[in-house]
Amino acid sequence: MKYEEKSLKRKAAELRIEIVDMITRAGSGHPGGSLSAIDLLTVLYYSIIKVDPQKPDWNERDRFVLSKGHAAPAIYAILADLGFFPKEKLTGLRQFGSILQGHPDMRKVPGIDISTGSLGQGLSVAVGMALAGKIDKKKYKVFALLGDGEIQEGQIWEASMAAAHYNLDNLCMAVDHNGLQIDGKIEDVMNPSPIEDKFISFGWKVKSIDGHSLKEIYDAWNWARSTENGKPSAIIAKTVKGKGVSFMENVVGFHGKAPTKEQGREALDSLKKALNGVK
Amino acid sequence: MSELKATRDAYGDALIELGKKDKNVVVLDADLSESTKTAKFREHFPDRFFNMGIAEQNMIDVAAGLSTCGKIVFTSTFALFATGRPWEQIRNTVAYSNLDVKIAASHSGISVGADGSSHQSLEDIAIMRVIPNMRVIVPCDAPESFKATIEAASIPGPFYIRFGREKVPVITSKNDDFEIGKARVLKDGSDVAIISCGMMVFLSLEAAQMLEKEGINAAVIDMHTIKPIDTKILSQFADKARAVVTAEEHSVIGGLGSAVSEFLSETLPVPVYKIGTRDTFGQSGNPVDLIKKYKMTAGDIAEAARKAVSRK
Ligand SMILES: Cc1ncc(C[n+]2csc(CCOP(=O)(O)OP(=O)(O)O)c2C)c(N)n1
Ligand SMILES: [Mg+2]
Repeated sequence: MKYEEKSLKRKAAELRIEIVDMITRAGSGHPGGSLSAIDLLTVLYYSIIKVDPQKPDWNERDRFVLSKGHAAPAIYAILADLGFFPKEKLTGLRQFGSILQGHPDMRKVPGIDISTGSLGQGLSVAVGMALAGKIDKKKYKVFALLGDGEIQEGQIWEASMAAAHYNLDNLCMAVDHNGLQIDGKIEDVMNPSPIEDKFISFGWKVKSIDGHSLKEIYDAWNWARSTENGKPSAIIAKTVKGKGVSFMENVVGFHGKAPTKEQGREALDSLKKALNGVK
Repeated sequence: MSELKATRDAYGDALIELGKKDKNVVVLDADLSESTKTAKFREHFPDRFFNMGIAEQNMIDVAAGLSTCGKIVFTSTFALFATGRPWEQIRNTVAYSNLDVKIAASHSGISVGADGSSHQSLEDIAIMRVIPNMRVIVPCDAPESFKATIEAASIPGPFYIRFGREKVPVITSKNDDFEIGKARVLKDGSDVAIISCGMMVFLSLEAAQMLEKEGINAAVIDMHTIKPIDTKILSQFADKARAVVTAEEHSVIGGLGSAVSEFLSETLPVPVYKIGTRDTFGQSGNPVDLIKKYKMTAGDIAEAARKAVSRK
């Protein structure tokens, strides 16, 4: 698909509003990592990935794994907007009886390819999906989004080794490199850097980008999906946790805490202004 | 003496059969393919066998990913590493979403022998049984292992199937009926019901012979499916015999004995004596010595039966 900066910008701004609205209503959830990831996901879902809201189980579809499952509000907002399920459902986030569980549930939400929430597992699942694509000689690609704290999990490196070993060039992974986890800065808690070098040494091809530049994101996802040289691809996307809501940006406390009603209103006001300002 | 064959060998045979029947069957192993017998599948279907290296957590989630794309995936390694290392992957990713992953493990129980405690899984039935959606099968011999493997592939959802390293007597026949969830009555009896699984089944048959000589008429039930357990047979025999003994090559905490007790204590409380390891780790040794040491011989089963009968 073509790159249309203005419509992508508008879309990302709308989705930010949806995310903050959902989490504020629910009174719980993970705003920080949803907002840092939304530009990456907006570009992926509105200009790269091949999926069909009418046929969520379509065999030839591209797959997506939200390995950092706590960013559920971001993917829910997108899937609802694309018509995988009615938008009204978004108000049920994290509520009893809702399809929108605290973390994504593939058996409840059309468009979710695997249930996640326990960190460190999604990349392995994506490897399995990519391997299935190779066995069946299918054209689909497998996309995955990881957190930068999440890559502290040893299993990520087991999966990385396997992806390169089996030449899974149909696997396109991005790390939402916002520099924060729950207990603070990743470099203080358990420093995973140099992230790029690690993936390179594991046999991946790697690209570092600004995870809020829509053009860079678009080019990177395209690069990841189109190169077929036997290597899986990793995009290390430098992002800002809480991006778009000034009082949340780079604030560790907004990892897993909802804004108060008051804060929510303030955030929505500024996000709406930002949306109106999209040129 | 009847024919001897290891249950893991029958698993390997069954995989080949499955591979021929269904091109969606995929097998993963974690560097133990000769021991688990998945190497046989690899020889026949190299394009559908993947060695995942010594990385069991990754193996389980790769299997999960494959299954979401229509594959029926068998994952194999030793029982301890098949269930213990990746327990949370099995719980959160495979079982929660009810995925078609069949965890088929060899080298279960104390009879692993010389490798010692680090390789003797005595807790695996407990930690698999506790997970919702998971079915747990412990076949008693080679023919049953073959059938269990074939049938597990045809039923959607996760399975744990437990095989052993050692050759054990063949006590069932190829033509016997087998259905997951349906226990098999190997010997009828009315004084005590011996309910067992895995290689403890043949020891239970030996125990029943000993008891017969003393005038105690013991039933022997092959409870190959521990979950979902056959409550119909349990009720029937607990009601008839009013005394139960369970025998498993596993801890008495959380395994077959616990499953039987859980059901009977709510429905038909009768004495249930459990044979199995008692809150302990194993050690190196030959299987015969170990079975003796942990009080799991036919004689021990018979003694438990006498106790159960005396409580009536
Ligand atoms: C296995 C596991 N351990 C711990 C948690 C709890 N947890 C949820 S989010 C999180 C921090 C994640 O940090 P990061 O991957 O950097 O995510 P992001 O900053 O993008 O939100 C933790 C520890 C979990 N969900 N799974
Ligand atoms: Mg982070």
